[in-house]
Amino acid sequence: MTKQTKDMTLTLGPVLFNWPLEKWRDFYFRIADEAPVDHVIVGEIVCSKREPFFTPHLPDIIERLEAAGKTVILASPILVMNKRERTAVSSLFEAGYTVETNDTTALQMLGNKAFTVGPFINVYNEASRAYFERLGAERISLPGELPITSIKAIAENARVPIEVFAFGRMPLAISARCYHARAEGLSKDSCRYVCAQDPDGMEVATLDGQPFLAVNGVQTLSHACYNAITDLGALAAAGVSALRLSPHDRDMVEVTSLFRSVLDGQVDSSTAARTLAEQEDAFPLCNGFLHGKEGFTAAERLAEAERLAEFA
Amino acid sequence: MIERTITRKTLELVCPAGTPAAFRAAVDAGADTVYCGLRDDTNARNFPGLNFSREELAEATAYAHAHGVKLLLALNTYKRAGNPEAWHRAVNDAAQIGVDAMIMADIGLLDYAATHAPKVRRHLSVQAAASTPEAVRWYVNRFDVRRVVLPRVLTVPEIALLNQEIDIETEVFGFGGLCVMTEGRCSLSSYVTGKSPNMNGVCSPASHVRYEDRGSKLVSKLGDFTINSFDEGEKAGYPTLCKGRFEANGKVSYLFEDPTSLNVVSVLPDLIAAGVTALKLEGRQRGRAYTSKVVAAFRLAIDTAAAGAVPAMPDLSEFMEGGKDTTGAYQKSWQ
Repeated sequence: MTKQTKDMTLTLGPVLFNWPLEKWRDFYFRIADEAPVDHVIVGEIVCSKREPFFTPHLPDIIERLEAAGKTVILASPILVMNKRERTAVSSLFEAGYTVETNDTTALQMLGNKAFTVGPFINVYNEASRAYFERLGAERISLPGELPITSIKAIAENARVPIEVFAFGRMPLAISARCYHARAEGLSKDSCRYVCAQDPDGMEVATLDGQPFLAVNGVQTLSHACYNAITDLGALAAAGVSALRLSPHDRDMVEVTSLFRSVLDGQVDSSTAARTLAEQEDAFPLCNGFLHGKEGFTAAERLAEAERLAEFA
Repeated sequence: MIERTITRKTLELVCPAGTPAAFRAAVDAGADTVYCGLRDDTNARNFPGLNFSREELAEATAYAHAHGVKLLLALNTYKRAGNPEAWHRAVNDAAQIGVDAMIMADIGLLDYAATHAPKVRRHLSVQAAASTPEAVRWYVNRFDVRRVVLPRVLTVPEIALLNQEIDIETEVFGFGGLCVMTEGRCSLSSYVTGKSPNMNGVCSPASHVRYEDRGSKLVSKLGDFTINSFDEGEKAGYPTLCKGRFEANGKVSYLFEDPTSLNVVSVLPDLIAAGVTALKLEGRQRGRAYTSKVVAAFRLAIDTAAAGAVPAMPDLSEFMEGGKDTTGAYQKSWQ
């Protein structure tokens, strides 16, 4: 049966950037108190050098989020390379929470523990989706570059909730090399944590001064902010159950509330898109991936799919 | 076939072939193994005029086997959602033709191959980016892969440790194009062009490349974005998007990587000592001259290293991006 937008849930993805501890904690406390999100993914997934700063304080924010009725999921790192990082993945499974696995290192370590499939595990087709259902995945979050036609083929007949990326700078690449450090003439080992200077990533422009990408340590993201808010009806019609909103240094309570309002039919999507575009320091919005086009482009809504959804 | 001394520890030389002519050139120049792809989007060098028909694949397999050489088929893109037939047909046909192994990354495709063509050896593609013993074991336990092509993120000491903890073969990249991002997890190309390695088998595709003459400067563009700009007299390069010049924090630099190619000749003895089984040369999109010269150079270098001597550095600069080379992630300082 076709899903309706009001039945869709909201997931807050992990904070991808190196925020000061205070800011990070206050952010989650406010999310707990005010944001209409159902699942909250926590944990440092980008750089293991940052992880010791945040992990000791995870219990505080998890307690607050759970007290507010949120379901908390611990995320595993995107790229795991050495013994220390492997040990950190293994310890994720000790805490008793569902773990969002973001590489096969975590999958191999999970034993019989509860897990979900994160967006950095490549589920590009219904066969891979079915494989993870058989393994017992509780949810599957799809890679960001998939077009709606693929999303629909994967979500059709899915037995577990299928989630897609819906807001935020889109993670595009991960590397062993730290580009934040490289930009400052440093190496990853001696990085001086220069990534902390850029709470939404370091702006990267072309030689013509055209905004292009954002660097977050070893991660590269889009400069534009991916935004699916005008395509929520089409996503529901495609069988998507959950939307992932990725934290940025801006009013995320407003962002999450806008998405909820559109899903609930209280605000129309064009008005919501306009509000998002007018947020303080807003990046340009894009949704090309969803439309099977260049990712940076901002296409009109999926008119045909939306129309079909209305008649479904 | 060239006679060569077999020593206890050497590296299997795995060479690229984009055409039947390049295939024969690789075999004749001393390849132990040659890899190629079918003429569609089931492989990550899905370029016009490249790759093999079924008949050509069968002929190449016969030619390889007659010369004691193995043929690997790259099926290293991800099956299209809702339309997996091209990938399934490729697995079935490859099994019938008798290729020596299939190189795959997609979990859905590995599952299909393990079920429908269980007797054909499975190699885990670099596009799966398995970078730890656990990551590798997951694929071994699930799909009985017998070899893993390692992502270009590990140092030589890290590769040595990995080899101590797994009981399948490892293959590493030795020469050619250098992904600086973890393979199979990069959407930079589709962000700019709508075409990605995982879904379309292309990165920074030529169809989206333009050069603009701006008087004293020649500008290279990929899609709508300027990737580099060259002064008069400066050699213009192909706009691979992670090897472009960009501005960050008010400074212009090759932010991700210089135009450069991977070259491991200087660390060949270390790779052998690290327990690596096979060395892969990149370049199915390159011509026959590239294949002949690079394969011959690496044949000599490997045989020299295997005999316990230090291989001389061959001059392959004409085949390198920007005429320069690097050992990339194999040395920690690269990070």
